Amino acid sequence: MEVASLYNEQFMDHVTHPDYKYELEDATHEHDGINPSCGDELHLAVRLGDDGRIEETAYTGHGCAVSMASADMMSDLMVGKTPEEAIALCSLFKDMVTGAEKDMDKLEEELDEAALLKDVSHMPARVKCAELAWRTLAEMLKDGSI
Amino acid sequence: MATSLTAAQLESIAQNPYKQDFPLLRDNPSLAFLDSAATAQRPNIVLDAQRRFYETMNANPLRGLYRLSVDATQAIANARAHIARFIGARDHNGEPQGDAVVFTRNASEALNLLAHTLPQVVELGPGDNVVISIMEHHSNLIPWQQVCAATGANLVYLRLDDDFSITQKEIEAKIGPATKIVSVTHVSNVLGVQNDIAAIAARAHAMGALCIVDGAQSVPHVHVDVRELGCDFLAFSAHKLGGPLGIGVLWGKPDLLDAMPPFLTGGEMIDSVTETGAVWSPAPQKFEAGTQDAAGSFATDACLGYLECLGMDAIEQRERLLATYLCERLQEKDYVTIVGSGDPNRHIGAVSFDVTGIHPHDVASILDMSGVCIRAGHHCAQPLLTYLGWHSTCRASVAFYNDKDDIDRLADGLDQVWGIFNGSR
Repeated sequence: MEVASLYNEQFMDHVTHPDYKYELEDATHEHDGINPSCGDELHLAVRLGDDGRIEETAYTGHGCAVSMASADMMSDLMVGKTPEEAIALCSLFKDMVTGAEKDMDKLEEELDEAALLKDVSHMPARVKCAELAWRTLAEMLKDGSI
Repeated sequence: MATSLTAAQLESIAQNPYKQDFPLLRDNPSLAFLDSAATAQRPNIVLDAQRRFYETMNANPLRGLYRLSVDATQAIANARAHIARFIGARDHNGEPQGDAVVFTRNASEALNLLAHTLPQVVELGPGDNVVISIMEHHSNLIPWQQVCAATGANLVYLRLDDDFSITQKEIEAKIGPATKIVSVTHVSNVLGVQNDIAAIAARAHAMGALCIVDGAQSVPHVHVDVRELGCDFLAFSAHKLGGPLGIGVLWGKPDLLDAMPPFLTGGEMIDSVTETGAVWSPAPQKFEAGTQDAAGSFATDACLGYLECLGMDAIEQRERLLATYLCERLQEKDYVTIVGSGDPNRHIGAVSFDVTGIHPHDVASILDMSGVCIRAGHHCAQPLLTYLGWHSTCRASVAFYNDKDDIDRLADGLDQVWGIFNGSR
């Protein structure tokens, strides 16, 4: 019953009351991500501070609950991270949802609330939904596009 | 709960004498399989036939001169004749046109075969039109897009009116003297509506064009007779009928098959070969390069036998009751919108719907939790969904082996989905 535990109250709270779903006025980096299978469309914006750390992440767009909740949880996690740390977390998240990383202590320690999405590893059809925001952020930070 | 079905009709769909024939359904009573428009479940008789082929007549068909190969060859010939009978393809003497039945891997390949060979026959070029409908599955859309891009012909779409119908006026407006090929689905895999193929084929022929029918969603559910339809070609796949995966069928008028060049070339499709050329076998072998899935053809033969034993009329009647009950259970929910006709009688097998504010993939994932299998997405018909103003939808589709309980479980599951997203669970 992985699905039952996935769509729990904490998860649904990110869907119905997202904290980071808005236009970021003073973004330093922006990037679009799409997931053709669901039709999810995400516009991700980040403001890097003078110290090179992420000050704020926000997103707009539409899609399924998994992609949107994932984007909200990610945005929360990324505050204060360097681009290198952020890219490493995106990689760890991918490992979690594809089932490559199963160490729950490590996942909860590093991914915090986003570890709630671990059950997606049992739902192959939804991996792309969960990954969308993380893949978009990693692409943005890796190629440094503004 | 409001339903237009009588108590006797409700009782008949509550009964399910068919499930025991389908091992996957019989062994998973908690499953409500409502995705037969994607692929049907397979009855024992088909699985047994597949096995029996390998156990009793396994040899490479067409080639060998020994008994086993002859048996395998005969099995394919029998399957062709059975398919021809099933779709009403008979010659002037009433004999089934087995040699007009070409095996492919699936309906998509059958349509690709036509898209690659017909342009040469009709000399398709700039200024000519290929007409399809806006409700085509990608498999009857992209091949024609490609053909038009390669030949300079125009791709013209028959569009739907507000009632999801292709009107006679639309048919006459779009199919004209410049039209060389018309290729239209019989039943929409998204909307479940049935097109008036006889009217479309008549117009196509009056304008000197050929008419192809994609029967992937109709042959499993309604009595299909190519003479009544008046079409030149019919493509469908065995797996949507309950036959094996990997068997597609293309029926064509014999004179057209004769005029068409081969699609794939190689072994088993030639009469003779020299260093510089080859002479093609007559149809259907001309279109069947390489070793064919004889076991699959044999199992398809068995599948048709099973369906005939149940009776296509009985199947159609039961599926109509199931589709009606499905529509009405969806319509009773104020948070569900049917994407397509609100008239249950217009739905052959499939009913697409939207759950207000909830992405179809979330709906499908949560329903899966209670063993309810539906499709969610664009259903390989993106231009249709865009035309209708949707990005994706949920789709439940029924076959005769479904019952009232399957649909009730969908209805209950949707209440659960709604509850999870709207805080009342």
